[in-house]
Amino acid sequence: MFIDDPVLMSRLLTLLTLSFHIFYATVGVGLPLMIMLFHWLGIKKDDIHYILMARRLAKGFVVTVAVGVVTGTAIGLQLALLWPNFMQLAGHIIALPLFMEVFAFFFEAIFLGIYLYTWDRFDNQKKHLLLLVPVAIGGAMSAFFITVVNSFMNAPGGFEMINGELANVNPLLAMFTVAMPTKVTHVLATAYMTIAFTLAAIAAFRLMKGSHKAYYKKSLNVMMKVGFVFAIAAAIIGDFSGKYLAEHQPEKLAAAEWHFETEEQAPLILWGILDENNEVKYGIEIPFALSILAHSDPNAEVIGLDQFPEEHHPPLIIHYFFDTMITVGMFMLALSFVFLVARWRNWTFVDKKWYRWLIVMGAPLSFLGIQAGWWMSEVGRQPWILRGIMTVDEGATTASHVDLVFFFFVLLYLILGVGTIVVLRKMFKDKPVEKELESYAGGDEQ
Amino acid sequence: MSLEIIGITVLWLFLFFYIIVGSIDFGAGVFNAHSIINGKQHILSKVIQRYLSPVWEVTNVFFVFFFVGIIGFFPDSAFYFGSILLVPASISIILLALRGSYYAFESYGSKGHRGYAFMYGATGILIPASLSVVLTISEGGFVYLDDGQPVLSYELLFMSPLTWAIVVLSIVAVLYISSVFLTWYASKTEDQEATGIMRKYVLIWAVPLIVAAGGIIFELQNHNSVHFDSILNLWWMFAISFVLWAITLWLIWNRRKYGLAVWLMIGQFAFAFFGYGISHYPYLLYPYLTIYDGFTNEAMAISLIVVFILGMMLLLPSLYLLLRLFLFDPKYVKGKRE
Repeated sequence: MFIDDPVLMSRLLTLLTLSFHIFYATVGVGLPLMIMLFHWLGIKKDDIHYILMARRLAKGFVVTVAVGVVTGTAIGLQLALLWPNFMQLAGHIIALPLFMEVFAFFFEAIFLGIYLYTWDRFDNQKKHLLLLVPVAIGGAMSAFFITVVNSFMNAPGGFEMINGELANVNPLLAMFTVAMPTKVTHVLATAYMTIAFTLAAIAAFRLMKGSHKAYYKKSLNVMMKVGFVFAIAAAIIGDFSGKYLAEHQPEKLAAAEWHFETEEQAPLILWGILDENNEVKYGIEIPFALSILAHSDPNAEVIGLDQFPEEHHPPLIIHYFFDTMITVGMFMLALSFVFLVARWRNWTFVDKKWYRWLIVMGAPLSFLGIQAGWWMSEVGRQPWILRGIMTVDEGATTASHVDLVFFFFVLLYLILGVGTIVVLRKMFKDKPVEKELESYAGGDEQ
Repeated sequence: MSLEIIGITVLWLFLFFYIIVGSIDFGAGVFNAHSIINGKQHILSKVIQRYLSPVWEVTNVFFVFFFVGIIGFFPDSAFYFGSILLVPASISIILLALRGSYYAFESYGSKGHRGYAFMYGATGILIPASLSVVLTISEGGFVYLDDGQPVLSYELLFMSPLTWAIVVLSIVAVLYISSVFLTWYASKTEDQEATGIMRKYVLIWAVPLIVAAGGIIFELQNHNSVHFDSILNLWWMFAISFVLWAITLWLIWNRRKYGLAVWLMIGQFAFAFFGYGISHYPYLLYPYLTIYDGFTNEAMAISLIVVFILGMMLLLPSLYLLLRLFLFDPKYVKGKRE
């Protein structure tokens, strides 16, 4: 119809669905932990503000969960619809975590439903808080299982290929691949970090608008602390991810770093552009840094793209995705560190307007970091869908009309995205904190 | 029992759960929209909302279970059905997505928005219709192999009376299942008026249901005689189903034991659904794919079954808790807990 190329359109549709879903998935993983934290603080300090934070966030959460559920369903089906050849092969080896994910989500959905509708049914508030534990665990486990599948695509294991036939499949080994530890922990840490900074951003924004001061200040301070902790975790795990890549997927690291020649004492290049001779211009060069990132040794040799046939080179654009992710991570780490030091030393510049704006920027930036990280990971695996075994061309559907389907999904996500924003805005505008604090008398959630 | 049979039985059971809980949900949306048109919204909406609010996400998961499970147990089905269902399944996904998020937008965002309610009602008819096409396709005759790749012929599919017979049955079944359940649920809320309306819906849809089901078996005779013959061999299952239908109808006609009627209705569908499934054996897709040549390796099959059992041990108590807190909590049901 428009573009009669099922492979290209399958890739674009998958990109679209994943990029849209990851917003909601990140919220789904990160937010329950923050709700739990606020709820717990509220009980411990006997502070109605924290309790109200938990209540308000939980209410908003259902809306994002709903869209997360339906877009997650879309991905689940699209895997088979767009990549039938891949799923036929992968189904034999990696179906187990996909199956487990459904259980994890089921578990989460049940307890979220209960938590939401039972605010005042328990005499003991702590019992109500306990209902959140399965929600947070379920969310984290969902992320765990799905990332396990993605790790498998990057570093297939747990089976053998004998004369082109699958043999000795071990579903558990397929789950615990070499890519799994760094990937899973990085996904979890960045989800918590992103949500913490997003909530901090909302608090900073409301403070500038002159909303309830005590309430939002508490939220801001807690979230910057939490965000800082997870930003450090993300950075440390990121360093391990670099070492994993250097060892097991050197072509991805090399492409992300524009590292063409295998060499010792390799420098790390940030940003810049490539000229026609593949020379880097205007980049920031940090001597020895790539060798340190790859092998914790400034003199170590780092494998370059020259070791791989050209058709197996990942697209060089992932350099920018990689740098966006790192820049965002470092920026947020610095921003939250300065904030915490300033709070400790009683410096007031962090309560100035310009600093608040930086915190507000942290929300879109963190989500940009998440997107960039996934693009880096997925585009960086090209041309493979299952590294070393099946390329995306071999995995894709041959059906026609993928372009038409793509068009309809663009429309769908537009409707869902706009709907989310409109509904959330209305929800919180109609019931500002002040009003809810006044009328706070109890009663089950509606 | 072989691993293949265990696998397909578990999946079929999940699909059955989905058809029951999904139908209640889909039908409720339709009745809700219809009552808004009639201006009788105040009678039905409360009952329907009270049922749907805590359970809607759970419904969706049953569906996901089925398709993730079928890819796990029968990876070749991903190849065959994945290739041919691109357009029909995408339509279903989009409808399901709109339905799920509209529900959340409506009930947590702007309550009582008419547009949302109509949208919700419309998807309640369109989703079963679009999903039922998969059953039609699995009967064979609409798919051919082109260079080893399965291709779906839309022309044959849409020209076939079987397709439309199954579409009609799916819609009528949704309305029937839903109205039987809601009659009971409304009677538990002690809401006479709502009970009366739902009871009327049951009486309206009962006969069309049996006619549509009979029509499909008749159509199959022309379309897929292998399947038709094995249905005749299982005639007793369909006979039991018919008897259960008759008793259900009798109970509701006489305004008796609505709770029992729900169980009989579930039994009726269980016999028909499993009769259909067993007679479909061993084919997943006539005549290309059977459960034997599409099956996964033994290691995966055993791990899936183990995970399934462990998962159920976790889920059944949680589901029980959910049902006890909401569906069967007398105070909640009567609206005294809000």
